[in-house]
Amino acid sequence: MSSTAILGNTEERVQELTSVTIRFAGDSGDGMQLTGTQFTNTAALLGNDISTLPDFPAEIRAPQGSLPGVSGFQVNFSSVDIRTPGDEPDVLVAMNPAALKVNLPDLHEGGILIVNENEFTKANLEKAGYTSNPLTDDSLAGYRLIAIPITDLTYNALADMNLTKRNKERCKNFFALGIVFALFDRPLEPTYRWIEQKFGAKPDIAEANRRTLKAGFDYADTTEIFTTHYRVRKANLPPGKYRKITGNEATALGFVTAAELAGRPLFYGSYPITPASDILHELSRLKNFGVKSFQAEDEIAAIGAAIGAAFAGHIGLTGTSGPGVCLKSEAIGLAVMTELPVVIINVQRGGPSTGLPTKTEQADLLQAFYGRNGECPVAVVAPSSPSDCFKMAVEAVRLAVTFMTPVFYLSDGYIANGAEPWRIPQLSELPAIRPVLRQDPTGFLPYERDEQTLARPWAVPGTPGLEHRIGGLEKQHRTGNVSYDPANHDFMVRLRAEKIARIANFIPDATVEGDPEGDLLVVGWGGTYGAIATATEELRRQGYRVSNVHLRYLSPFPRNLGDLLRRFKRVAVAELNLGQLDLLIRGKFLVDTVSINKVAGKPFKVSELVARCKALL
Amino acid sequence: MTEPLKIAGASDMPLNLQRTDFISDQEVRWCPGCGDYSILFQVQSVLPKLNIPRENLVFVSGIGCSSRFPYYMNTYGFHTIHGRAPTIATGIKVANPDLSVWVITGDGDGLSIGGNHFIHVMRRNLDVNVLLFNNRIYGLTKGQYSPTSEFGKKTKSSPMGSIERPINPLCVAIASEATFVARSIDVDTKHLAATIERAARHKGVAFIEIYQNCNIFNDGAYKPISDKEVRADNMLYLEHGKPMIFGKDRNKGIRLNGIKPEVVTIGENGVTVDDLLIHDESAEDPTLAYLLTQMNFPNFPVPMGVFRSVSKPTFEDLMAQQIEVATARGRCNLEELLNSGDTWVVE
Ligand SMILES: Cc1ncc(C[n+]2csc(CCOP(=O)(O)OP(=O)(O)O)c2C)c(N)n1
Ligand code: SF4
Ligand SMILES: [Mg+2]
Repeated sequence: MSSTAILGNTEERVQELTSVTIRFAGDSGDGMQLTGTQFTNTAALLGNDISTLPDFPAEIRAPQGSLPGVSGFQVNFSSVDIRTPGDEPDVLVAMNPAALKVNLPDLHEGGILIVNENEFTKANLEKAGYTSNPLTDDSLAGYRLIAIPITDLTYNALADMNLTKRNKERCKNFFALGIVFALFDRPLEPTYRWIEQKFGAKPDIAEANRRTLKAGFDYADTTEIFTTHYRVRKANLPPGKYRKITGNEATALGFVTAAELAGRPLFYGSYPITPASDILHELSRLKNFGVKSFQAEDEIAAIGAAIGAAFAGHIGLTGTSGPGVCLKSEAIGLAVMTELPVVIINVQRGGPSTGLPTKTEQADLLQAFYGRNGECPVAVVAPSSPSDCFKMAVEAVRLAVTFMTPVFYLSDGYIANGAEPWRIPQLSELPAIRPVLRQDPTGFLPYERDEQTLARPWAVPGTPGLEHRIGGLEKQHRTGNVSYDPANHDFMVRLRAEKIARIANFIPDATVEGDPEGDLLVVGWGGTYGAIATATEELRRQGYRVSNVHLRYLSPFPRNLGDLLRRFKRVAVAELNLGQLDLLIRGKFLVDTVSINKVAGKPFKVSELVARCKALL
Repeated sequence: MTEPLKIAGASDMPLNLQRTDFISDQEVRWCPGCGDYSILFQVQSVLPKLNIPRENLVFVSGIGCSSRFPYYMNTYGFHTIHGRAPTIATGIKVANPDLSVWVITGDGDGLSIGGNHFIHVMRRNLDVNVLLFNNRIYGLTKGQYSPTSEFGKKTKSSPMGSIERPINPLCVAIASEATFVARSIDVDTKHLAATIERAARHKGVAFIEIYQNCNIFNDGAYKPISDKEVRADNMLYLEHGKPMIFGKDRNKGIRLNGIKPEVVTIGENGVTVDDLLIHDESAEDPTLAYLLTQMNFPNFPVPMGVFRSVSKPTFEDLMAQQIEVATARGRCNLEELLNSGDTWVVE
C-alpha cells in the first residue's frame, strides 16, 4: 500500500502521505543496516506504524562495489496499521552503482532516487556491469533522480576535524540519512541520542557523525533539491506502551519471560548459524535472569545439552536454522521417547543444504512434522510476525511443560530480522505456566500419566525416592522399563500421538479474518501473515468475498480448522515452499485446495498475492 | 595432590550405604563372562565410600553394550543416543552442579561417532566422570572393528584386516586438556576400584580408559598383558612421586634417554633406582603424561593408573560465577526487561 501521491509532482511544499516505503542500499561496508535502523527507530518513536525488511548480502565482505556485496534495508512507515515492509520502495537511496543496479528494478515507477554521485566512477560502474553511466545516459528518466556528491560533502563537513580519511568516509551514510530525514521532516534528536550512546567514549567520532547527519539534513533543507517535503502522521495504534522489536529479539524475550512465568531456569544450547545467531547473542546477555546459554560444539551437542537440562528441571531450549535441525533429528526423537520439555527453534532459511543462508523460506514444515525416524510426533507452533514471536515463544514453553513434549517453534529469516512496533504486554496479560515437579515417591512410576494431558511426571535428579532410568529404547507403559513387547509398542506409539492430538484442547481456535464464508479462503502459516492479511483485505475492499485464516498452531491443528475450511467455495494455501501445509491440509481434511507458492528467498509481495487470488475467483 | 574434600552431591552426614543399595531391579543382560560385569561391580562397590545419596547420582550413557550400564544402577540414569552422552551430561551438570554425573561410553560410542563431544567435554573441564569401556570392538553391533582396533585386525567388516591405525584414547584426552586421565582394566579389580575412586574424587573432568574384555567378539584382546602370570612384567603401575618400577622381581624400570623412555634393568650396566623416571601426575605440563601414553606393549609395559591429575576451574562453576556476577549487577525484573530500550506511548 505505498502512497502514489509521492510519485506525482505537486506544487505544495509540505504534503501528507499515509505510507511510504524507503530502501537504503549500498555496499556491505556502507552501514546501510544501521542507517535503515536509525530511520526506523525515529519513525517508531514518532508513532508511525513500521515494518522492515533487511536484505543482507550472502558474504560478510564481498569485494567492494560488487553486486554480491550490496546490502539493503527497506522500511515501510505509515499513519495507518501496516503489516508488511511494502512491495516496492517509493524512495531508493543508492550509495554506489552496484546498489543501483541491484535495487532499481524494485523502485516504484516515478519514485525518488537518491544516489551518491561520487561513487559513480568508471571503475565502480564497471564493477556493477554498467557500460555507460546511468546518471547521465537518460536511462533513469522514469524516476525523480537526485544525484548528490555525498562523499565530497561529507569530507567538507568534516574538513577541520582531525580524523583519518577512512573515518571521515565512514560517516557518509549519516549524510544520506540526514537527507532522507529532511525529505520526511523528521527530527534528528533520536539519532543524536543513539550516537551519544554508541560513541560516547570516542568524542571525535561522535562529533563527526553528528555533524555529518546535520550537514545532510541542512543540505537537503536549504538547497531545495526537494521541492516538496512529506509528512507521515502518527498511526492509530491501540493504546499502550510500545517499543520496536525484531523477531529474534522478541523470541529471546519471549523465552526468558516464559521461563520466569514457569518458575524454572532457562537453558539455551545453540551453535551459531544464520539467521538464528542473534537469539544466542540476546540470551547470552541475559545472564542476570539466570539464563544458562551454552555455545555447543555442534547442533547435536546443543540439543543434547538442552535435553539434559530439561531432564534436570530446566526449560530446555535449543535454536538453529534448517541445516542444524537436520543434525538434531535423532536427539529430537530421544526427547519424544523420553517425553521431556524441550523447545526447538528453527529460524528457517532458504534450502536445501546450505541453501540461501540470509534469505527467507518456509520449507522446513514437513521436516518439523516428520523429519525423524519412527512415528515421532511433536507439537509445532509458528509465530506470524516479529512481535508475535514473543507470544508464541511463551506458548511453546507452556505446551512443552504442560504436555512434557518437544515443541518446534518455526520462525523464519524474514520475521527474525524484520522489525515492527510491539505493544509491551502487562505481566498480568500473560498466560500462567505451571509445571509440576514430582516430589512424592509414593506410587511413583516414571511413565504414569496425567489423565487430561497424558503428560508423564517431571521427576528430576536430586529428588529422593524418584530414582529412575530413561532412554531411547521403547518404554513399557507406566513403569518406563525397557520393553520389546509388540502390543506395548503399538500402544505407546498411539499414546504418544494421542498426547500431541490432545494439545488441541488447550490452544485457541483459529479465527477467520473477513466473512466466515465466501468464495475464497486463503490459509497461511508463520511469517507470511502480514502479506496475506493485507492482500485479502485489499481484495475485500475491491468487493471480493475473500477471507483468510492464519495458523500459528500447526501440530496439532486448531480444533475448528476443518469446519472453517468447508465454508468456502475454494481454499488456497499460500506458503513460501512448494506446498507443504497444503499437503497436510489435503491429507487431513480432504479439501481440494489450491497451492500458492513462492520459493525465491523473498517474502510474498501483497500485489503478487492479490493477483494470484484474483486468478482463482 | 590437591583433591577437594567435597565431591559433588555428597552428603555431610554419613549415609552408611552398601554396594547392594546401588543395584537396580533390572536383570543384567551382558553376555556371561563379559568384562562389563566387573566394572559394574567395582562402581557399585566404590559408590558407598563416596557418601553420595542415590538421588544425587546420574549415570548417562550413549549406545553400545557398555551403555546399558545405567539400567543396572539404582540411581538416576539416562541411556541416550549413540555418541552423545557427554552432551546430555553437560546439560544435566550445568543445570544442577550438585549432582554427581557419570558418563559411560564405549570405544565406538566415545571415539567414533561421539569423538567430537569427547574432545569438547574434556576441554571444558566439566566436573563429570567419563568411563570409557575399551574392548577394541563394536560389541552391540556384533563385532565390527572400532577406532581402537589394531591395524590389520580381521573382523566381519574388515575380513582382510583393518587398514586404519587405532586412536589412543588417553592421547586424545590429554590433547583435549583433560584434567584427570587414567587407565585401568576390568580384571584387576583392586586397581580398577581405586582408580574409579580417584576419578570420582577429582573435581573437573575425570577420564578413565578401562580395558574391557569382550569375550564374544574380541576375546583375549588384553590377555598378553593382563594374564596373572605376565601382568607384573607387562604392566607398569604408576604411582605419584615414585620411580617407575615394574616386573615380577621389581627390578625393571623406565629411564629417560633424551626425550625417549627406555626399559632398563636395575643393577645392570650401573643402573640404579635413582636413574629412573619419577612419576608426576600433577605436572602442569602434559609432556610426561603424553610420553607415557606412547608406551605400548610389547616394547614397553603398559602404564596403568593415573597419568595426569591437575586442578583447573570447572565449566559449571565458571558459568555459575558469570551468572552470579551478572545477577549481582542487578537481577532485572521482567517488567523492566520488557520495557527496556526506546519506548513510546500511544494514548
Ligand atoms: C546413530 C547410530 N548409528 C549406529 C548405531 C548402531 N550402533 C549401536 S552400538 C554401536 C557401536 C558400539 O560400540 P562401542 O561403543 O565400542 O560399544 P560396545 O558395544 O563395544 O560396548 C553401533 C555402531 C546406533 N545405535 N545409532
Ligand atoms: S558382546 Fe561383548 S561387550 Fe557386548 S555384552 Fe557380550 S561380551 Fe560384553
Ligand atoms: Mg566397544
